[in-house]
Amino acid sequence: MQRREMWLAYLMLAPTFAIILLIVAGPLLANFWISVKPVQLADLRPPTVLVNERLRGKPETAGDSATLEYRLRNSSRDEEIRDVVLKDEIPDGFSAVSMPEYCSIDGRALTCAIGTVEAGWRDRLRLEGTVSESFLTADRPERESEPVVSGDANNVLTSLEFTFENFQRLFSADEFWSVLRVTFYYTIFGTGGALVLGLFAAQLMNTAFTGRGFVRGLFLFPYVSPVIAVAFTWVVLFDPFSGSFNTLLTRMGVVSDPINFFGQRAIEFSVFGLPLEFPLALSTVIAFEAWRYFPLSFLFILARMQSINTDMYEAAEMDGATPLQQFWYLSLPQLMGILSVLFLLRFIWTFNKFDDIFLLTGGNAGTRTLTVDVYEQGFALSNLGAGAAVAVVVFVVLVTFATLFIRFSPKEEGL
Amino acid sequence: MRPASVLLAALTGLIWGVVAMVVTGVTLTLITGEIALPQASAAGLAGVVSALVLVWRQSGEGQETGLRSFALSAGIVFLVTMAATFAAPFGLPLSTVPVWQGAALIVFVFAVTAANRQCLAGARFGAMSRYEREVIYIRIAKGIGFVFFITIVALPFYVMVMTSLKSQQALLANPLDLSIDLSQGVAGLFRSYVELFTQFNFGRYLMVSAFVSVATVVLTLLLSVPGAYAVSRLRFPGQAALARSVLLIYMVPAIVLVIPLYAVFSQLGLRNTLTGLLIVYPATTIPVALYMLQGYFRGLPSELEEAGLMDGLSRIGVILKITLPLSLPALASVSLYVFMIAWNEFLFAFMFLDDPDIFTLSRGVVSLNSSEVPRQHLMAGAVIATVPVLVIFLWFERFLVQGLTAGSVKG
Repeated sequence: MQRREMWLAYLMLAPTFAIILLIVAGPLLANFWISVKPVQLADLRPPTVLVNERLRGKPETAGDSATLEYRLRNSSRDEEIRDVVLKDEIPDGFSAVSMPEYCSIDGRALTCAIGTVEAGWRDRLRLEGTVSESFLTADRPERESEPVVSGDANNVLTSLEFTFENFQRLFSADEFWSVLRVTFYYTIFGTGGALVLGLFAAQLMNTAFTGRGFVRGLFLFPYVSPVIAVAFTWVVLFDPFSGSFNTLLTRMGVVSDPINFFGQRAIEFSVFGLPLEFPLALSTVIAFEAWRYFPLSFLFILARMQSINTDMYEAAEMDGATPLQQFWYLSLPQLMGILSVLFLLRFIWTFNKFDDIFLLTGGNAGTRTLTVDVYEQGFALSNLGAGAAVAVVVFVVLVTFATLFIRFSPKEEGL
Repeated sequence: MRPASVLLAALTGLIWGVVAMVVTGVTLTLITGEIALPQASAAGLAGVVSALVLVWRQSGEGQETGLRSFALSAGIVFLVTMAATFAAPFGLPLSTVPVWQGAALIVFVFAVTAANRQCLAGARFGAMSRYEREVIYIRIAKGIGFVFFITIVALPFYVMVMTSLKSQQALLANPLDLSIDLSQGVAGLFRSYVELFTQFNFGRYLMVSAFVSVATVVLTLLLSVPGAYAVSRLRFPGQAALARSVLLIYMVPAIVLVIPLYAVFSQLGLRNTLTGLLIVYPATTIPVALYMLQGYFRGLPSELEEAGLMDGLSRIGVILKITLPLSLPALASVSLYVFMIAWNEFLFAFMFLDDPDIFTLSRGVVSLNSSEVPRQHLMAGAVIATVPVLVIFLWFERFLVQGLTAGSVKG
């Protein structure tokens, strides 16, 4: 019975396991593989021999000679292709007289074993022959069958060619360290902002009033709406030329020139002669992050608040504790558990976030985080290997965090 | 008379005068399109005077605090504002949009008066204890909090909807005019939407998104229900470790999976297909679903299932006839949640899909983000993508909020 139960359990879990191994664990490992390979985006199309068939000569009557010509080309400029074989059907009514010695005809089936061709190879393969009446009456008979070429080529993805160039280039670029710094600013302030806003909102909603259900639903809007919708709305709202927000600021005389919230790297100012920079675009992106994810912390904190026993507050009230003292000495310690769990989770998810920054700024104006850099290297610069190298860095940093968190986090509650 | 108490009353009045003026002024601008210049300092002054009079009357003996006192405060706010701004509280001559200005003025006066009275209830000029002062601070903070949160949440959505209803010329002429221009007729109002559905193929995107999301829900449930049942009910080596590690999958960033999946799917010919998406989406949602469901299954009384087993049902029979009917609420919230994840998904749709015939809505809206497409179309696309999720969310809010706080949310 026990054994049967065990096998039943494994059977029921098998599909889940399979899909997670295939789509999550597999790619995680594959990343390490790709990161040590010189793979470009274009390499994903394996090298093949391209072929183009045409008829030369103008046969007019039966018995005239004609040439069937195959133009062949290696699509890759730096990979050879081995065991190249061309197969085709000779058009009806064409009888070959001479052909290259590596070709043979069996009935109408033509087979040419071309062998190994080097990178950038081009050639013409000619079949001389005569035509019969049936060939002449048919409309373009050579088009009836498509020639097929097969061959083996090294696939960069599966070859055993390794390089550490991706990592070398990554770590030696100045840009990488600024990307790392931006990532941490974004993660820490984005997480902190969402948490503080969530705590504030939860305080507001922890009292009963008419329309509370409605306001709570409204507060969750930023979180449940699709990221593309809210990100583009922010972009339109804060546009420096036609955005409502900038027009409002300039028309009402708050600022003299429109502010390019998502496009300006930094605002310079000085305090007591000390020149300082305020990272504008990064701050706007962080504000978006806090705006979009405060509903989540709000929900969790509110749920926790409503489960706190009210006797404690009554006792504190009797002892003359002021509202701020009650919040500081009673509510906050009770909320510490959920706050730290939320901080850990949101910290990791913010660190993983790609969509938001990519849609808002595309990683420009000093907002490029590690995740955006993966896209930038792998797809915008078409260097898959370099992108995978950044992805490996992301993963390693993440594992470090996760280990630290698991070691030092308080016992989680309800999560 | 304590100066600190007087200062507190004055400060409360100042804050509410300024906040109420800025909010009503900006709202007036956004609704009518007339550029208002809210006279914040005058409004602040009116708030201060009104608050001081209010507290002064409360400090006296035997005062009444009913409708008459409210009318008095409101009258003071009105008179001081009008006098200090030379009868142009919003910086506009009274002849432009008089009805709206009148309404805004009434809202302003009412808001300042009500906020002052709410915050300063029980305040006086004499000595006040720390407790009494803190109560007032907290009332002010909460009031500002409500204004702040409602503004930051409602404003972007208001801008999104209103921009989508405007014409290109109107937007260029005055980006602040976010009113509904009824003079262009219903057809003109919804022109962007009609064009998106007729010329930009949005009907198809909508269908594709619906199909992909529903298929993801079905696949996720098919795979995660047996898994969750096994983890929560059956005993097998590794059960505890498995139950805990499910959520770790959740921590894996999608961007790390994108490059290998892109490479492999390209070579297998799965990249530019919906099949490819339908392999990836369930893989990202199964851990959540499994985690939520196993928590729920654990809460069900196991006696019922044991009774079923005694009566000769097989395990599968027990799941189908006893466990699943009992867990309909959990199944509903998991389905809705997975539906929302799939509907909102952007990264994989963006990376995998090139063919406009199989674009999901997310991918379709991104393709509108170019300099050739006017932004009212972009906003209309955003509205089309948002409305279905918001409708579902509002309809099933109770389920979803339970599901969200059940401890399993990704974002």
